[in-house]
Amino acid sequence: MAATDVDVFSNEEKRNLSLGGHVGFDSLPDQLVSKSVTQGFCFNILCVGETGIGKSTLMNTLFNTMFENEEASHYQNGVYLRPRTYDLQESNVHLKLTIVDTVGFGDQINKEDSYKPIVDYIDTQFENYLQEELKIKRSLFNYHDTRIHICLYFIAPTGHSLKSLDLVTMKKLDSKVNIIPIIAKADTISKSELHKFKIKIMSELVSNGVQIYQFPTDDEAVSEINASMNAHLPFAVVGSVEEVKVGNKTVRARQYPWGVVQVENESHCDFVKLREMLIRVNMEDLREQTHARHYELYRRCKLEEMGFKDTDPDSQPFSLQETYEAKRKEFLGDLQRKEEEMRQMFVNKVKETEAELKEKERELHDKFEQLKRMHQEEKRKVEEKRRDLEEEMNAFNRKKVAAETLSLSQPLKKDKDKKK
Amino acid sequence: MSSGETSASEADGNGGMMAQQKNLEGYVGFANLPNQVYRKSVKRGFEFTLMVVGESGLGKSTLINSLFLTDLYSPEYPGPSHRIKKTVQVEQSKVLVKEGGVHLLLTIVDTPGFGDAVDNSNCWQPVIDYIDSKFEDYLNAESRVNRRLMPDSRVQCCLYFIAPSGHGLKPLDIEFMKRLHEKVNIIPLIAKADTMTPEECQQFKKQIMKEIQEHKIKIYEFPETDDEEEMKMVRKIKDRLPLAVVGSNTIIEVNGKRVRGRQYPWGVAEVENGEHCDFTILRNMLIRTHMQDLKDVTNNVHYENYRSRKLAAVTYNGVDNNKNKGQLTKSPLAQMEEERRDHVAKMKKMEQEMEQVFEMKVKEKLQKLRDSEAELQRRHEQMKKNLEAQHKELEDKRRQHEEEKASWEAQQRILEQQKLDASRTLEKNKKKKIF
Repeated sequence: MAATDVDVFSNEEKRNLSLGGHVGFDSLPDQLVSKSVTQGFCFNILCVGETGIGKSTLMNTLFNTMFENEEASHYQNGVYLRPRTYDLQESNVHLKLTIVDTVGFGDQINKEDSYKPIVDYIDTQFENYLQEELKIKRSLFNYHDTRIHICLYFIAPTGHSLKSLDLVTMKKLDSKVNIIPIIAKADTISKSELHKFKIKIMSELVSNGVQIYQFPTDDEAVSEINASMNAHLPFAVVGSVEEVKVGNKTVRARQYPWGVVQVENESHCDFVKLREMLIRVNMEDLREQTHARHYELYRRCKLEEMGFKDTDPDSQPFSLQETYEAKRKEFLGDLQRKEEEMRQMFVNKVKETEAELKEKERELHDKFEQLKRMHQEEKRKVEEKRRDLEEEMNAFNRKKVAAETLSLSQPLKKDKDKKK
Repeated sequence: MSSGETSASEADGNGGMMAQQKNLEGYVGFANLPNQVYRKSVKRGFEFTLMVVGESGLGKSTLINSLFLTDLYSPEYPGPSHRIKKTVQVEQSKVLVKEGGVHLLLTIVDTPGFGDAVDNSNCWQPVIDYIDSKFEDYLNAESRVNRRLMPDSRVQCCLYFIAPSGHGLKPLDIEFMKRLHEKVNIIPLIAKADTMTPEECQQFKKQIMKEIQEHKIKIYEFPETDDEEEMKMVRKIKDRLPLAVVGSNTIIEVNGKRVRGRQYPWGVAEVENGEHCDFTILRNMLIRTHMQDLKDVTNNVHYENYRSRKLAAVTYNGVDNNKNKGQLTKSPLAQMEEERRDHVAKMKKMEQEMEQVFEMKVKEKLQKLRDSEAELQRRHEQMKKNLEAQHKELEDKRRQHEEEKASWEAQQRILEQQKLDASRTLEKNKKKKIF
């Protein structure tokens, strides 16, 4: 037994070994891909923009489908979000697509709170995922992920600058979701105006510190195309589901008296660029960013809010069990304390009231003591008077008796006299 | 959606969204998603942790080297059977291998000393502890507030080597597999298969599978697929379980081909010859087709079992939680929330009751007070009346007395007068008589 045995095998040194032949684990990516294809993919888009700016049309154009949409009215009291889920399939790939529309955005007179329902919706989806993740018995692998992977922010084609509502809303959303700003109805702006407009928008975003989604440039396979696309933001798009014959082809386009705006013509608008970036090249990265960055941020804030920490005051790492146990102890102690407090409050209340009632009793007692004394006094007086009267009456009676005896002897004398 | 609605989001929770089927009318591009996934996974690289368990001398190191066509175990890094220990150890070695642009971080966990002692009771315990500690590490990493890229060192597959006795499983084999089948994917292998003839091997396999079923041991199950081709292959594998393998570090020339094999006087047992042993099947299954599934089953089944048991214990502090299975669908925090709400309700009720009792007592006391006040009042009234009656009586008596006195005095006066008159008349008469 060599002395170095234990050392060699218990340290974390990673050896690089060369293979003597074809082992076959280069099929691992294929195994992973095959599993994901079987599971199916899921993608959630949030469209934020004023009523009538072309959100629904763009979705129909992007996904080459007629999604059901009633036209929204301009008279909504507030902003509300309408999610719709669709099952799509292209070749052997199944996609569960959820499109969330912001109905009523930008229609109110006071738009101060317009962003709130949007933020609330995004947070709710994060919260639902977090709750599932925290459950004791959970099933994350067949959980329908509703977290928003991309927010397409539709900018009105004024040609001047961003509206303050746009800046406020994007600022509130940029830490919660990947944002791609797009200029809607781009067929109303000329090329030169568009160029100026794009520069203005990007500079306003930068100066206001709004973080929009950057197409990733760390993977050599796509870094070039992504880098060049980053320079074309925001994409100026035109949407259309109508088909027009141009030359000998039928293309999706908008027919004007002065010409035909072709949706898929890259010199007419950036629609193809948007489709490439959003769907064909970076869809997976958008999902990853949502999970690894935005969701983690939400989760961290939520857990910190609930009082979870990774280390105790002595910087010793907590184990999950310790954390839960500590929380539980705190929780039970809290409950007990509340119970004690309530009991104590009652004890005090009882004491107070008892004292009050005793006081009242005493007062009553005193009152009647006083009355009793008065009464005794009166009684005494009456007795005195009675005695006086008795004395008088006795005196009178004696007088009467004396007088009577006297008068009794007198008439005898008279009679005696008469008899003589 | 009436105009009276305020800004409430209509978002439904999970499971509330009905998905509509839609057909695409043209090119969209998400069929490229699998390629995006492929690209990203290659960039990330892969990890796999493989555990090998078996008595020493069964050819484990040789097999690993054969499987991965590399010198994982070498004179500088000897295999488990050469690292004889007094007690069972669990040790790991990490190697980085590259093939076709794919990076794989392979962790081989071996158990030197397993089954080699005279008394092997509990020799599986260090293995169980190791697997659990890896689950624990992952659970803690997953539960941190600040989560970073979590390295996954959970054991994803366990190759269990059965000695080629030709009879059946040994008690140690059964004990080990029974204790570990719910913690890790177990793939039982018959080691040194070149010591048995095909018929003996067939018999042995049947016996082993029978015993595995008898003891209800759950070895790794190949997943069902919709693909007919794949299902055929899976069924073929299932028929040959447990796989009988031969490993070799030496390359021999056979019929002009250089193959891995074992040279005997009577011939060469070729490792990669399907008629000689099941090595190729093992390799294809373990590495080329089912590696991802082994990882998934570890993550979705074995790890989740560990996690839910661990968290349930924490939440209920040992209270029997089979009473309400429904409670396991919550997180421990949600559980605490519910308990808190229950407690608040209970406290409210208690408060109400105490209030009621209190009110009632106060009412009683007040009533008593009022009663005694009334009583005293009454008595006072009574006494007053008495007194007044006495007063009146006295008054009457006095009046009477006065009247009497007055009348008597009046009478006396009249009598006096009469007497006076009488005496005067007498006087007069007297005077008259004298004359």
